[in-house]
Amino acid sequence: MNNEETEKTDLKAKLLNNFRDFEKNLNGDAAGIIHEKRKDAIKYFETLGFPVKKLEEWKYTNLTPALKHTFKNPLEEYTSALSENDIKDFLIKKENVNLLVFVNGQFERKLSKICSKNDNVFIGSFSDGMKTHRDIIESHFSKYVNYTNSGLTALNTAFAGEGCFVYAGKGEQISEPVHILCISDAREEVYFSQLRNLIVAEDNSSVNIAEDYYTIGDKHSFTNTVTEIFCEKNSGVEHYKIQNEGPNAYYTGTTQVHQEKDSRYSDTTISWGGAIIRNDLNSVFEGTNTECHFYGLYLLSGKQHVDNHTFADHKSPNCYSNELYKGILDDNSTGVFNGKIMVRPDAQKTNAYQSNNNILISDDSTIYSKPQLEIFADDVKCSHGATSGQLNEDEMFYLQSRGIGRENARTLLLYAYASDVIDSIKFGELKEMIEIKLEKKLKKGD
Amino acid sequence: MLTIKNLKAKIATEEGEKEILKGIDLKVNAGEIHAIMGPNGSGKSTLASVLTGREGYEVTEGEVIFEKKNLLDESPEDRARLGIFLAFQYPVEIPGVSNTNFLKTAINEIRKSKGEEPMSSVDFLKLIKEKAKLVGLDPQMISRYVNVGFSGGEKKRNEIFQLAMLNPKLSILDETDSGLDIDALRTVADGVNKLRTKDNAFIVITHYQRLLDYIVPDFVHVMYDGKIVKSGDKDLALHLEEHGYDWITNDKNAVTV
Repeated sequence: MNNEETEKTDLKAKLLNNFRDFEKNLNGDAAGIIHEKRKDAIKYFETLGFPVKKLEEWKYTNLTPALKHTFKNPLEEYTSALSENDIKDFLIKKENVNLLVFVNGQFERKLSKICSKNDNVFIGSFSDGMKTHRDIIESHFSKYVNYTNSGLTALNTAFAGEGCFVYAGKGEQISEPVHILCISDAREEVYFSQLRNLIVAEDNSSVNIAEDYYTIGDKHSFTNTVTEIFCEKNSGVEHYKIQNEGPNAYYTGTTQVHQEKDSRYSDTTISWGGAIIRNDLNSVFEGTNTECHFYGLYLLSGKQHVDNHTFADHKSPNCYSNELYKGILDDNSTGVFNGKIMVRPDAQKTNAYQSNNNILISDDSTIYSKPQLEIFADDVKCSHGATSGQLNEDEMFYLQSRGIGRENARTLLLYAYASDVIDSIKFGELKEMIEIKLEKKLKKGD
Repeated sequence: MLTIKNLKAKIATEEGEKEILKGIDLKVNAGEIHAIMGPNGSGKSTLASVLTGREGYEVTEGEVIFEKKNLLDESPEDRARLGIFLAFQYPVEIPGVSNTNFLKTAINEIRKSKGEEPMSSVDFLKLIKEKAKLVGLDPQMISRYVNVGFSGGEKKRNEIFQLAMLNPKLSILDETDSGLDIDALRTVADGVNKLRTKDNAFIVITHYQRLLDYIVPDFVHVMYDGKIVKSGDKDLALHLEEHGYDWITNDKNAVTV
């Protein structure tokens, strides 16, 4: 215990040191609103540190194993040498895609490709965005996410500087999806990367974004991300997060969505790669008649640990939220689902639904499922449900009685079980990619 | 084709183990249709379950030989691959699995077990079209998830459609007539009659004589309390319809010795 504490402090001290170096190298960027927030955030990180299991929100997720490594700071010590060949398997097979590649938190301009460009649209890196759209970034940055109660968000905010920036101006329907490829290059060294994304969808605009995480190499890696999404009146954002990282990858990340009147937001999170994953997905309904969908699938084996925390904050009347998370857990894996729905006093006529289903394939897998409904309005429709169980033996027998062997029957049934989450992916080429991977992973299961 | 000798089986219930089959003897040859009738709880469906290898039943005595193979040693999928088919009394709904995908997987696994190549997509579609027509199944239902949102009659029809697709040697129809209206019953029976050849056989489990008006059996067996207590030709079914099962229960001492 004592030992763990020191190690944690070491990493924290190292990061605080890194911040001083980071600040020095900012040059001209060390002034302005964003840097004020960075300086404020690092103080919060200094106070809060990394989350510990004592915190109610971290009761089932222990980050200690992730913090004991001697991480290097990629901003100081990493220069990517990845080629197109290294990333070719990660690409989505579609011609018109805006591809943004980040390696260890740094933007890879030469591997990226941007096809949606006009005066009213920006798709690119955060640092490039700062050159041309500084006012817009400054008016949204760190406005929605709260770093005063989360050490990880504070840490990310302190180091904010690179990530993806998407701007869809009024009325822009961006038809080419944005593929954000986040790669941990863990071939040589152990890196701790921060990635800060900002998506701004103005009135009547729409955009589709896929965050896709991969690892190259066998060393450990830690990625901590924050994505802020601003959905103005009647805008639509489709968001996907696919976690394909390697068995030594740690990931923590918060997506914070701000939804105004008549806006639509949908997220599908697929987690099947990584050692420890913690996703926080929060949407706040700031206007009436907004709609949000959260879908999740976690397919775990070995000693994987995936924690999904979601929060639908119904602050306004007549809003709709729907949530479906499904898990398939094998070996010694652990899943955590904490779904919070808050219906505030003004949020009459709220419709809020939530469901979390789990199939435990092995005897040693574990799921902690916690629906958390807090309702302060009286004219609302809310429901939640959580299940955990095994594969249905009647269905298995039915398939076997037609000549289908147990292995294949199992694959078919698990595939079918996952299909309503997969069907939420409207981005066809991405969906196809996921379907192929899902089948492969289910077959490999035994 | 099939020889059942002194088959005894029990299940575990909350009140302990219960013997359901108490010594069944039955011989089915290629080209024959056997009807098994009997009151509720007589063990008809248990017999179907034991023959197809459903879990939860323990065979305590006897043997089942199917084409020289000891059937009880085989897994459910291997029994299916040998050519045994069960049309379920309560077909299972499988959300997310389409009928097409399901049948394609089944057909190709059966072919693989025989060392055959997978069926080409063209042949598969042709087969689907042909067999759907044969059993009067709306082709649109085939692209849907297995039995999801199907009416009782549609589910039963889908069972016979699967039977037609897999072309088994021995088909066991477990109360296929229950839940069917008279038109559906006729289509299903017509399908079975068309599928009948000199090389395959059927065991038709039913409560009522009704189905046997359309699928005419060569033999009728009456089950009562885990045994076949009476066997005869199709007239036995008519007699049962007229006199009810009481006639058997009252008379059983006379036939079981």
